Amino acid sequence: MSVNQYTPDRTESKYTKSASTFRQNVQRDLANEELRSNFAGAMDYLMDKRKASFPSNDELETLRDQCKLIKQRALVKLPHLLEQLETKLNENGIKVHWAETINDANEIIAQLIESKGGKNIVKGKSMVSEETALNDFLQARDMEILESDMGEYIVQLANEHPSHIIMPAIHQNKKQVADIFAEHIDDFEYTTDVDTLIGEGRRILRDKFSKADVGITGVNFAVAETGTLCLVENEGNGQMSSAVPDMHIAITGIEKVVEYLDDIPPLLSLLTRSATGQAITTYFNMISKPRQPGEKDGPEEVHLVLLDNGRSQAFADEELRQTLQCIRCGACMNHCPVYTRVGGHAYGTVYPGPIGKIISPHQLGLESTKDLPTASSLCGACGEVCPVKIPIPNILLRLRKESVKDTKGGEGELKGAGSNRKATEAAIWKAWSLLHRVPAMYKVSMWFATRFRGLMPSKLGAWTSVRTAPKLAPKTLHERVKARRK
Amino acid sequence: MTELNVRFYPSQPKQVYLFGTCLADVLFPDSGIDAIEFLERQGIEVIYPDGQTCCGQPAYNSGYQDEAKQVALKQIEQFPLDIPIVVISGSCGGMMRHHYLSLLKEEPQIQGFCDRIFEFTEFLVHVLKIELKDQGPKEQVALHTSCAARREMGVHLTGRKLIEQLDNVELIVHNKESECCGFGGTFAVKHDDISAAMVADKTANLLDTGVKQFISADWGCMMNINGSLEYQNKPLAGKHIASYLLERTSESNPSNKGN
Repeated sequence: MSVNQYTPDRTESKYTKSASTFRQNVQRDLANEELRSNFAGAMDYLMDKRKASFPSNDELETLRDQCKLIKQRALVKLPHLLEQLETKLNENGIKVHWAETINDANEIIAQLIESKGGKNIVKGKSMVSEETALNDFLQARDMEILESDMGEYIVQLANEHPSHIIMPAIHQNKKQVADIFAEHIDDFEYTTDVDTLIGEGRRILRDKFSKADVGITGVNFAVAETGTLCLVENEGNGQMSSAVPDMHIAITGIEKVVEYLDDIPPLLSLLTRSATGQAITTYFNMISKPRQPGEKDGPEEVHLVLLDNGRSQAFADEELRQTLQCIRCGACMNHCPVYTRVGGHAYGTVYPGPIGKIISPHQLGLESTKDLPTASSLCGACGEVCPVKIPIPNILLRLRKESVKDTKGGEGELKGAGSNRKATEAAIWKAWSLLHRVPAMYKVSMWFATRFRGLMPSKLGAWTSVRTAPKLAPKTLHERVKARRK
Repeated sequence: MTELNVRFYPSQPKQVYLFGTCLADVLFPDSGIDAIEFLERQGIEVIYPDGQTCCGQPAYNSGYQDEAKQVALKQIEQFPLDIPIVVISGSCGGMMRHHYLSLLKEEPQIQGFCDRIFEFTEFLVHVLKIELKDQGPKEQVALHTSCAARREMGVHLTGRKLIEQLDNVELIVHNKESECCGFGGTFAVKHDDISAAMVADKTANLLDTGVKQFISADWGCMMNINGSLEYQNKPLAGKHIASYLLERTSESNPSNKGN
């Protein structure tokens, strides 16, 4: 097996550049029929699974309200809960590390591994480690890091990024996976049978677990009351990564903290049902301590790295703070008509889909994500299924407003605010506003428009590439109503 | 997404306002006239304020909220009487009923104004509690409900209820009926390739039903879907539900003769 070396860029996330080429990415991926069929099929499947797991709409809505309030309560007390979490974790023997930037997080993790003399690392699934491009960073330090989630493993073999936050390799069909295995795994006997493919991956991973010095995982919920790290997974790789190596490093965003242990059951139920339609996942790990004297397994050391990376910016604004309610189920992308068509890679961000559009501007700035807030028809499907009721369409509107804000050369409150403001567009909307608030001017303009409708071009740029141009009526509704009254 | 609360509906009023929308004003005025005529047949006086222009949604959705706000304030002035405002588009209705609340939150009377906004089909079903008498020939139709009507106004079921009242009309539900058609205002031109992929699927699903007519209560979606169907040289075209209901319930309509 070979894992290609990346060229690491430690000054900024590797996703920054590709998010700014969103339009080209979209063109590329819309033209890829196999990719589109993979996404369409997978999203249909996931939507059906979710629907079937919520037979009672009343129960679903009650649970959504409850979980929204749990997350909002935790966010209101966020600084306090983070301190409480650190205290409790310390009491339990788990060390907490604070990372403001992705570089801070990577440095902390590299130093921890080096302190153990570690070379072989296994990683359970962690989107936050994608955020920091941790694999690139560690590989540049001659460490071998192996993804142990099956989807992540496939993506790593193919030298790609996850295209979905819970199903990283959803953009590949089984034949493509078989081809990737054939290319990268030496003694692979070609098959497209899914169970055999998974068996093959597991065989390789098993061996790696037993040799690993350090295991890295994400965290789904961190409980402040008890100092417990909760990890939701289906493959057992999270448990292996956190329990087999001598050192376990968990990494997560600061928004994952919840107040009470009692908050977990409703959140867990809503998370797994929203994500994959499962009543519960195969594994649910609650990590509270390193190995204790007399215990036969478990890591000797457990560390938690808490990452900010732009989350404070969202936290500072009451409306945008709702972004941090996210429990990373992926339901918004599964139900998004845009995501279903362009796939996860087109976004060029770690987090794709509707939630990615509202998280990424805080991480990368509005300038390099300028096309994301507008790439939505505002259909509202995401907000309708969001388990914690994040008003995603309203937040997209807010980000649109921020990105065209007149910052007059000064700094906007959000990173990159005003960067998408174009003088002509701003002037058009000013004129539009004037026209529509002076009824007499509006009526005269519409009268002229309809009288000279023959002059209206039959080609209207992008609109008429797949549609005919709308035809102006001979007389406006205003005129016809007036004529009718006489 | 705006929270959908249980709405308490008033009893049948003597007078209503009609908000005609900017799209219907210059592109599709027939639907405005048909809505007025239909409401008048129910014994309601319809006032169409001459100073109305646009709800402000195009600027609002593009991030130009100050520009939208000035237009919105001007609209509110045009509807001073405390009577329902019937809007012949779910998306403009959603703007005026829900988004005005946040856009104009400093305005003292804003809640009262927003509470007077009713989407056309919602008004017929819940306020008028209308009973339609179908005069037309047997036919099958499909119904496209706008995302705003469905998710902001919660009125995706009222269009269906009205079609169901028509004895000779069979509603054929198309595949992925609840999926967006890809319009989204400036989205259709700013991200034209994504929008094109969406409307291609929507038209394919509508064509698959084999109906000769589809109905919608939103001209935004229909301008998109009809434009795409015409570009593909397909005989199918959408009609506004106000025009369709007027036609189906008119004895004098030539297409209803011999039935």
